[in-house]
Amino acid sequence: MADVQTLNTVAVGIDPVADRLSGPQGARPKRVLSRRNIFLYGTLIFVAAYYLVPLYVMIVTSLKGMPEIRLGNIFSPPVEITFEPWVKAWATACTGLNCDGLSRGFWNSVRITVPSVIFSIAVASVNGYALANWRFKGANTFFTILIVGAFIPYQVMIYPIVILLREIGLYGTLWGLVIVHSIFGMPILTLLFRNYFTSVPEELFKAARVDGAGFWAIYFKIMLPMALPIFVVAIILQITGIWNDFLFGVIYTKPDTYPMTVQLNNIVNSVQGVKEYNVNMAATILTGLVPLLVYFVSGKLFVRGIAAGAVKG
Amino acid sequence: MTSVSIRDLSLKFGALEVLKSLSIDIEDGEFLVLLGPSGCGKSTLLNCIAGLLDISGGQIFIKGRNVTWEEPKDRGIGMVFQSYALYPQMTVKGNLSFGLKTARVPRDEIARKVARTAEVLQIEPLLDRKPSQLSGGQRQRVAIGRALVRDVDVFLFDEPLSNLDAKLRAELRVEIKRLHQKLRNTMIYVTHDQIEALTLADRIAVMRSGAIQQLDTPHEIYNRPVNLYVAGFMGSPGMNFISGEIDGGDSPAFRFAGQSIDLSTYPASAPIKSGPGIFGIRPEHIVSGDAASVEPYQATVEIDVVEPMGADTLVWAMLDGSEFRFRVDGQTGMRVGDHVRIGFDPARASVFDTATELRL
Repeated sequence: MADVQTLNTVAVGIDPVADRLSGPQGARPKRVLSRRNIFLYGTLIFVAAYYLVPLYVMIVTSLKGMPEIRLGNIFSPPVEITFEPWVKAWATACTGLNCDGLSRGFWNSVRITVPSVIFSIAVASVNGYALANWRFKGANTFFTILIVGAFIPYQVMIYPIVILLREIGLYGTLWGLVIVHSIFGMPILTLLFRNYFTSVPEELFKAARVDGAGFWAIYFKIMLPMALPIFVVAIILQITGIWNDFLFGVIYTKPDTYPMTVQLNNIVNSVQGVKEYNVNMAATILTGLVPLLVYFVSGKLFVRGIAAGAVKG
Repeated sequence: MTSVSIRDLSLKFGALEVLKSLSIDIEDGEFLVLLGPSGCGKSTLLNCIAGLLDISGGQIFIKGRNVTWEEPKDRGIGMVFQSYALYPQMTVKGNLSFGLKTARVPRDEIARKVARTAEVLQIEPLLDRKPSQLSGGQRQRVAIGRALVRDVDVFLFDEPLSNLDAKLRAELRVEIKRLHQKLRNTMIYVTHDQIEALTLADRIAVMRSGAIQQLDTPHEIYNRPVNLYVAGFMGSPGMNFISGEIDGGDSPAFRFAGQSIDLSTYPASAPIKSGPGIFGIRPEHIVSGDAASVEPYQATVEIDVVEPMGADTLVWAMLDGSEFRFRVDGQTGMRVGDHVRIGFDPARASVFDTATELRL
């Protein structure tokens, strides 16, 4: 038992004043130029530069005229800023017989991406919801097949799908490509939604069933409003994936319906005439602008959505 | 009239038998508590009654209607969950009216029912808040309201108070009891907390690995547990158990380590037979000091550990080789190492057969 007498004796034994004035006290001092900081920020700056220098070169080159580019100083800023290459890349650059620049490809890409994103996410979210909450017979087998589908190399499936699209009369059309993108997005999106809906407490689902809600009522009224973060993640994944796709675009469409990426390739890799580096750079930036914008606008939401699965609601 | 009747209900997941041919009849307006440790199947049974799990065999009747194959919403049940399970994106009002909207109840009737429920549970000021803006106790109150608003015959509670802190738990426990006294609905309540079971229940079903061990009033279960498992599970601190030999015949007695406890006043269900047995006595049925001198059985023990718990104090001692606890007043002056006189009445004890573990 703590005895008052004992406590007093101990307290007197220590010199209280000297003990308080010397020795570490308060917040630990921080050095700005410690070895740890130099290493940390050095690495960060190096990695950032590694990614940003090519972008810098592209922007700078796209703003120069051809005579200035021929001087060969790719890192030097433009002496005379010109937006001519940008205009040309967008409106007048020639690919094959068409000379209306990337604008045609841009609108094709929009017409491919929008329905693909909506359709694939609509189907995959219902898939994921059904797999997570309605444990139907064979659900696990179905899920396994779907996941295995995600690991089959695309090359294996290219030719069978060509035949398939030909038979149903959609080969070479935008809708054919929409179907292809929706199918190939399905495994990963279903997995994404299934995992998210699995993290929703099961009791919520049970409560809704006791309240009399059926399959669709629970999906639309309970699950959908809760799943907004994961929808944002899915939308970002799909927009960037489909917009950046080249392989399916070049295989399943015709010159009239080429998406932007394929058209960009045709501009950059054209063998006739002079290589217009400034136009190529501008065209490339234009093509990459949509995914870039999506990331900038939704970056925070994206991170939140990815992390949302780990946090209890 | 029976409100809920469960007949030979069984549930199997593959080869695993989770519920083994259970039969319970619950009277109208009865408060039944399903009590057991985690994994004993009590929540599973509740889910089966609610219709959230498909059963493998048997039948379920609610209000005389066979609901074995009915959907949860058609069974006339309301359910309250441990994690509250409130719809996070809806307000309290939205949560309360969701079931009614799904059932296409007219709007003015919904408003009337929600208002009445909110009044009963005193959650009117919270109606426009989201669940995330509520405290745990308020959330659980809303969850109860969600079951209440639908005018159901049977309430199912799945460990509703387990997520709350001790003080709130005690408050809401009383509130649930009050609610039951007011509404007189049939309630089935799952818990692993024996205090909740003892305080709330009209009858308790003590469960263990998918089977009911004893289904009786709290008084009977506490005083006359049918087997060693129920005796050990009920009561905190648990019953003292002493292994020894039972002497049958005209003057039955329990012998251990040279001691003998006279069992002639013990209310045995059948004539006591000789053989190995276990003698159980609750810590609160043991008296110490001067009061011990009038008890039929007396002994002197040396105190091992003293655990003061405020209102009373739990004393640990050794009684001829067996660990022995007894409860004394909180103001006791007992210290470790003291020798105390203790005594008890064997009529209040429970004696079990060692082999079958059943009460004699």
